[in-house]
Order: sequence, then structure tokens, then C-alpha cells
Amino acid sequence: MNVDFTAGSLLVPAAWGLGFVLFSALNVMFLVWMERKVSADIQSRWGPMVRGYHGSMQLLADMVKLLIKEDILPAAADKKMFALAPFLVFIPALLALLVLPIGPGLIARDMGVGLVYYLAVPSLASIGIFVAGWSSGNKYSTLGGMRSAAQLISYEIPRSLSVLGVVMLAGTLSMMGIVNAQKSLWFIIPQILGFLVYYIASIAEVGRTPFDLPEGESELVNGYFTEYSGMRFSFFMMGEYVALLVACLMGAVLFLGGWRGPFGLLPQLGPVWLLLKAYALVYVAMVVRWTLPRYRIDQLLEISWKVLLPISLINVALTAAIVFVGGEWLRGLLG
Amino acid sequence: MEETKELTINMGPQHPSMHGVFRVEVVVDGELITEVHPSIGYLHRSFEKMVEARTYAQIVPITDRLDYVGSALNNVGYCLAVEKLAGIEVPERAQYLRVIAAELNRISSHLIALMASGLDAGALTILFLHLQPREKLLDIMEKLCGARLTYNYARIGGVSGDIPPGLADDINAFADDFLKTVEKLKRFFFGSRMFRQRAEGIGVLSREDALSYGASGSTLRASGVNFDVRKAQPYLVYDRIEFEVPVGSAGDSYERALLRVEEMRQSVFIIKRALEQIPEGRVIAEGVPRLLAPPPGEAYARIESPRGELGFFVVSDGTPYPYRLKVRSPAFSNLSTIEAIGPGCMIADFVITVGSLDPVFGEVDR
Repeated sequence: MNVDFTAGSLLVPAAWGLGFVLFSALNVMFLVWMERKVSADIQSRWGPMVRGYHGSMQLLADMVKLLIKEDILPAAADKKMFALAPFLVFIPALLALLVLPIGPGLIARDMGVGLVYYLAVPSLASIGIFVAGWSSGNKYSTLGGMRSAAQLISYEIPRSLSVLGVVMLAGTLSMMGIVNAQKSLWFIIPQILGFLVYYIASIAEVGRTPFDLPEGESELVNGYFTEYSGMRFSFFMMGEYVALLVACLMGAVLFLGGWRGPFGLLPQLGPVWLLLKAYALVYVAMVVRWTLPRYRIDQLLEISWKVLLPISLINVALTAAIVFVGGEWLRGLLG
Repeated sequence: MEETKELTINMGPQHPSMHGVFRVEVVVDGELITEVHPSIGYLHRSFEKMVEARTYAQIVPITDRLDYVGSALNNVGYCLAVEKLAGIEVPERAQYLRVIAAELNRISSHLIALMASGLDAGALTILFLHLQPREKLLDIMEKLCGARLTYNYARIGGVSGDIPPGLADDINAFADDFLKTVEKLKRFFFGSRMFRQRAEGIGVLSREDALSYGASGSTLRASGVNFDVRKAQPYLVYDRIEFEVPVGSAGDSYERALLRVEEMRQSVFIIKRALEQIPEGRVIAEGVPRLLAPPPGEAYARIESPRGELGFFVVSDGTPYPYRLKVRSPAFSNLSTIEAIGPGCMIADFVITVGSLDPVFGEVDR
């Protein structure tokens, strides 16, 4: 084994790791506040207004509340698994940040198979959700866990297929390479079908209305995390919001040119552009959540298998044909 | 060899969408419900026994607590029964005021029912679209009788007070505004494709089942039976007011919700016409004693409450206290159909189906 344990080599990964945790913690705080404000806006309310400017400190108060809440372990629960599940949900979402290109040359690890890594790792969270549902020893939780397993598996397929078009156009699986390939044309224009499928499937993957069946509160009380309280509960919440943010960040990278400004505007603002694009996608997801009712489980699966899957297959076939026929011309167009 | 087993789930009485304290044991095969065992009685306050120790006038505010979402109608129903028993003639103006209060209350009750359908389907914003007009409605009711939920408006022989000056214009303005709101609700939610996908074809109640379970109100009419007490056996001044009774045919949860939307529109027309026709005069009959002792006998009065046929059966033995008072509760009869329409639903449908029957537990348990 030739592993270097000196301080210098460990410092960089440690700094990245710390950065990711801080980044996601700050963003979760902002996202929760934003969700409250967006929902309040749609429902003609004010939302949180008391703590801080327009309630901006509300989440700190909530965090303190969650921290000092009693941590309840249900008698019927499988204790070890019950304790493990929140981390199984939270960590995969965080790990996906490893292949996120933040700015020109700024990426934690530019893997050759970055896209495959991104598609694979965050979906591990479904195991955590299933473990949470099963180990709680509550029938509603079990049903929620089952639903989430069915849902995530069905939406994984159209989501993976939807980005195939991007790979064909970019000619690489590296996330950095994909951003570089969008120098003159963002992939949302040639890949509009792929983008729509990716976005819908991502909302379903992170389990938000109209696809929030695993936690559908009017049916399953709170689904897989019914029995969780205090900090364990907040880990689920954080996992959910990080997953949403990651899905939107990656959507921005894959289809909206990543850290590139529109028309090459202000290139020095790289990471800001990326965040702006991601938050635009997050905003749409929030508006959808507070507008639409929830689908039923059979309708949900139908949408995946009968609508999204055929569309993404058509998209793959179309893109393949275009790349095969006009490869040279296309490469010239994309620079 | 592992075998699969059906799962028995206990929903309620503290389930978030069980509309009050309804407890139901459902047997599910995966997500599909195969058996439904409802269990009620968590809000039983022995209303019918309690009132035997109250004078007739004291009972009026207690009827508010039966169907607390439509309390003005309970007052009216009870007073009609007692007036029939004691042979009291109610002044015409009071009859019109009762109709106005009842129809305003019917609208606010239906708003709650429809709001709950939205919540059951997972659309949270629908709540606020319904609460906004309801808030204006409650302001009107507050001006009319001083209370926002338990009105205690009808009195034996009339109503508690005349309509305050200027309120008629307020009601008219609200009515015009509300017709637009109904259209908006229909377009945004009840006509929307997603709600139709969720609610259409689920919890289908056949005409025969509806009749044999004694269902009434929109639950019965959605199953294709044209029965409305206001038309079938007109009370107060409903025979002088022109309105339509919407009747459905599908008998599913969607139809039940949609009929309520249409009924709200008809209630608006009734209120507007009643305000045009209302005569001058007294609002409470002269010479009704405070300690009313009706002659021995019995009387039954029935009205169309937001949930259906609400009946009060009063027996008097000549003392100032009723010998027996029985309430025919529409919510109870409607809710019992859940045994027939629950199996075959998925869990998510079941929640919408229970919501579409619009049970109010104050009245189911009494």
C-alpha cells in the first residue's frame, strides 16, 4: 500500500469535505426559509416575519428547538437500523457534490465517469428511506418505505436515460467536460425533451409534491419518518433539501451551461451563475409543490413507465441519429 | 415458503386526515383496501340525554354543538320541531331571516368540506382559496348574530334579532363577489385534470346502496336521486323562492365534491332572492313564554342541512322539559356508507372518499 498520510495530502480532501458540509448546511437553511416564503406568497400569507429580517433567523430558532427535543426511540423499532437510517439518507445526497463543477477548473474530483457517479450515488438514499420505514416498526412507515422503493426505482430509469443525450452531444462522461462542451450552446436547447424528463424525474426522486407519496401526510401521517423526532428528524429534512438542491445544481450543470453566464457574460462570476440557475430550478419545484395535488401510487408509476420512459427513449434515438448523421457539423456548432 | 399476509391498519382517531375523531380499521392488501371496519363514538357527549334536563329555550344553544360547521341550520331545525309541537306561528320576516342565515351557513360549511377535499388530495394551497371567502362570510354572520361559529340565531318563535342596517348591501356585495370565486375554484381546482384523475371513479356509491343506507344531501344526489328536503317537503319560505337542485349520476367522490360547488352557487341565488322578497314586520312571535311547556304530544321536523336530511323528533309530556329528543343525523347515515364504498379503494383514495362524505363528528356521535 502506498498511501500518503502526511498532512499536506489529507488537507485538501478535508477542506473540500468541510466545505461541502458548510455549503449544504447554509443552503438548507436558506431553502427552508425560501420554501416558507414561497408557500406564503402563493397562499397570500406573510410567512415567518418575527425573528430577524423577514423571519430570516427563524430557522436558527427551529434548529435549537429540534436540538433540545426529546429523542424518541419507539419500543417496536429495530434500534440500530433506526439510528442508522437518517445518515443513510443524508450522506448520499452530500456525496454527489464531489463531482459538481463549481467554476472553471474548480471541482473536487473530476472523474472520467462523473455523470455515472452522480446518477448512482444519490439514489443510494432510497436504501436509507426503506431502512427508516422498515425499522420504525410502524405500519405507516413501512408503507411509506415501500412506496419510496417502488417510486425511486421507476424514476431512476427515465432519469438516467434523459441524460444520455447530453453525453452523446458532449462526447464525455466527465462533468467538467460536459460544461466545457456547452461553450456556445446550452444543452437545454437541443435537449429540451431530455431536460423536461430529467427535471420531472428529479422532483420524483427527491420526493416532492406531486410525487411526495412516501411521506404523503394526508394518507400515511408522515410516511417513512413518522416515528422520528428531534435531530434525527432534522437529518431527514436536511437530506431532502440537499437532494433537491443537488438535483437542481446538476440540472444546471447538465442542461443550463453550469457556471457559464448567458452569452458568456461576466465569466468571473462562475459559481454565482451556477447557484442562480440552480435556485431558479428550485423555485419552480417549490411553486409546483404548493400548487398541485398529489398523485396516487399507480398513477405515479404509470407516468414513469408510460410517459417519461418512452419520451426519453425517443430523445435518445433522435439525438443518436443527429449525432450519427451530422457529427462534424454539430461539433463545429458546439465549438 | 414465505406467505404474504394482509395488513390491518388502524386509521384515526388521531390520523391527520380522518375529519375529526373517526377511527377506522382498514385491512389492506398492499395499497388496496379489502375491508373497512368503522368505529365511532369518540365525540359522544350524550346530547339526547342531556337535553332532557333542559328547558326548551336552553336547548337551542346546545344544538349549535351538534354539527358545529352548520350550526345555524341546527337551530332552525330544532326550533321548527318545537314550534310544530307548541303550535307557534313564526312571523314571515323571521322565516326569511332564517333562510338567509341558513344559506349563508350552508356556503361556509361547503367551503370547509371542499377545502378538506383539496387537503386530502395533497393540494395545500386550496385551503387558503376557501378560507378567504369564508372569512368574509363569518364577518357577515358576526354582524347578523354576534357569533362566528356557534350562531344560536334561531329562537323558538323567530330569530334573535333583526338584520342590522346596511348588512343587506354587504350580503349582496358578497354574493356577487362569491359567484366569481366559485368560478375560480372550479377552474383552478375542481375542474383541473389532476384532481379529476384523483377523485373520479373512486368510492362509487350506487343508487341502491345510497337509498338503503339512508344517505341524503349531496351524497344521495350524486348517486342520481333527486331528493332535497327544501323541494320535497318545503319548510320556511323555500316554496316561494326559485332555485335548482343539482343532481349527479356517477356517485363517485368527484361528483360529490362538484355538487357542493354547484349548491354553493344556488345558495347565493336563494340569498339574493330572499333579500329581495323579505317583508317588514316582527322577527319573533308575540307571547312565547320563557318557560315553554308544549302540550303532550310529539313532532318531527326535517330540514336540508349541508350534509343532508337533518331531523329533530321531540316528545313532550306537558312539562317545560322535553320527554325525549331524537336527532336524525345525516352525517351518521352518510358516513355508514363507507362500509360499502371503502373496499376496493386504495389508501390514498379512501382518504378522499371519507372526505367527500363530509362527516362532522359533533353530529355523527352527538
